[in-house]
Amino acid sequence: MQGGGGPHFPYNQAMSTMPAIQISGLAKSFGTTRAVDHIDLQIARGSVYGLLGPNGAGKTTTIRMLATLIRPDAGTARVLGHDVVRDAAAVRSKVSLTGQFASIDEDLTGKENLVLIGRLLGLSWADARARAAELLDAFGLAEAAGRQVRTFSGGMRRRLDIAASLVVTPEVLFLDEPTTGLDPRSRSQVWDIVRAIASEGTTVLLTTQYLEEADRLADRLAVIDHGRVIAEGTSRDLKSSVGANMLHVRLREATQLADAQARLVEVLKVDVQRHADPCLLSVQVSDLALVGNALASLTSAGVVVAEFSLGQPSLDEVFFALTGRPAESESDNGQEARA
Amino acid sequence: MSVDMLPGTAARTGQWDSVFSRARKVNSASWLSAVVTLGWRAVLKIKHVPFQLFDVTAFPIMMTLMFTYLFGGALAGSPREYVQFLLPGIVVQAVLFITVYTGVGLNTDISKGLYDRFRSLPIWQPAPIFGALLGDVMRYGIAAVMVIGLGLLLGFRPQGGLPGVVAAVVLLLLFAFSVSWIWIIVSMFVKTPESVMTTSFLFLFPLTMASNIFVDPATMPDWLATAVSFNPVTHLVTASRSLMHGQGAATGSIVWVLVASAIITAVFAPIALRMYHKER
Repeated sequence: MQGGGGPHFPYNQAMSTMPAIQISGLAKSFGTTRAVDHIDLQIARGSVYGLLGPNGAGKTTTIRMLATLIRPDAGTARVLGHDVVRDAAAVRSKVSLTGQFASIDEDLTGKENLVLIGRLLGLSWADARARAAELLDAFGLAEAAGRQVRTFSGGMRRRLDIAASLVVTPEVLFLDEPTTGLDPRSRSQVWDIVRAIASEGTTVLLTTQYLEEADRLADRLAVIDHGRVIAEGTSRDLKSSVGANMLHVRLREATQLADAQARLVEVLKVDVQRHADPCLLSVQVSDLALVGNALASLTSAGVVVAEFSLGQPSLDEVFFALTGRPAESESDNGQEARA
Repeated sequence: MSVDMLPGTAARTGQWDSVFSRARKVNSASWLSAVVTLGWRAVLKIKHVPFQLFDVTAFPIMMTLMFTYLFGGALAGSPREYVQFLLPGIVVQAVLFITVYTGVGLNTDISKGLYDRFRSLPIWQPAPIFGALLGDVMRYGIAAVMVIGLGLLLGFRPQGGLPGVVAAVVLLLLFAFSVSWIWIIVSMFVKTPESVMTTSFLFLFPLTMASNIFVDPATMPDWLATAVSFNPVTHLVTASRSLMHGQGAATGSIVWVLVASAIITAVFAPIALRMYHKER
């Protein structure tokens, strides 16, 4: 999917349609490790954009470069038209960063943390206190406001951390793995928050390891692997390239795997993917009507099926489809793919 | 498609109105206001975690009690006479020990990701360092008052009176401020707060022991007395003693300390600030 290419707009309109973030040839190495290997991305204003990839793919390094915390080795990145190296101060005045680890002071109370940020952003003491109270209220932290952050749960810390990024509403918000390590309830609270932020016009760039999260939140996403963008588009583009309907079949006995695989190929007429798990098979189903036949065929052949489910592809399967390289293979490169 | 809200979300949407109702843009804090705000943060930390004052002052307090009562009689005739000699020195040791916390605190903030937030804010970039130092100098002052208070209980009677004691403490804080820059550098070199502590004490312990804090260097072997006379701590203690006891005879040492503080700051502060700006 290509953006742009439209008619030439008058200057004002061109400004408003200018991407929030333009990344071109961005690269960063640490020693001999290429953390980010020449990335190009355009992120539209007011959108939620997801960087999806496993640990160590280069997501955090990319965000840290965009937030002016580290300098790129090569390439350029512009945030709202400001170069992240030359106009770092201008970038900082328009963005907020919520890092991967809660970047709040554990010794201080929730309220003190927000007042601190408010004061640093130039609010008066009275305004900073009022703003802190307002945010604590909206984020469901009013009761815990006077407690030291070290007594907060993971979900509460995360919410406080995001609140700290909204003391002054930023034009661009970077969220680095906002829900990693959170329980399902806290996760859905964070999702609500991200949607609310985006609906007010703030551009959100978030990183995640979860396909489901990117799918639910992001208008567009880029899949990143070994510092490179290996796919880019809407969640729908990505799923159609991967196959939205993944049939997962888990057997009770690994000895029946070959038999089951043959049956599935026969009925569904597509390739069947094996995994490091010797009891698991997965198939991208194009014709849902055949799924019932597949189960019948397995049962009639005496294959004992422990699990038979139709669902979204996992991140591993996305990787398999995009790279042709299994994230987990029978020769067991699983560790490398997860590293 | 991306706004397939979870059940119950819509009902709660109203709660966000206030979050975005405020002005979007304000002018960031001035450099001075940023430093003061970050200094306020350090004061809050003392309030919430007062223990950090005690664990480092515990050792000098123990030394004060031990030396005064165990060795005081042998060293100076009586514990009460010895404490007059020891206390201006012990204050120096206590405060220098506490300077290590500057490095420990900075290292903790960096490893916890707090400095990533500070550095991504549109503020004067060195403000977090100066703010931390401002808070630290306050902490040094509190530690000095604590140790002097203990001394008064033990019979310490400074002849220089309040002005003398205040002058000695100010000189000490100045020197401690300059030494803090060294620990800031250490904190950015090593990986954990614990190793900042170990590294720094490895240096501070001999520096404060091999000085004139506990005994007159005249009683030491010549080679050691010579070494001790080059120790900046010796000059600081000499200055502290003469100011607290109103002797006024140590102008040389006072000047020496002022010059040493200026040199240490001039050398280490730029290095520390450059390292801070460098990415990690």
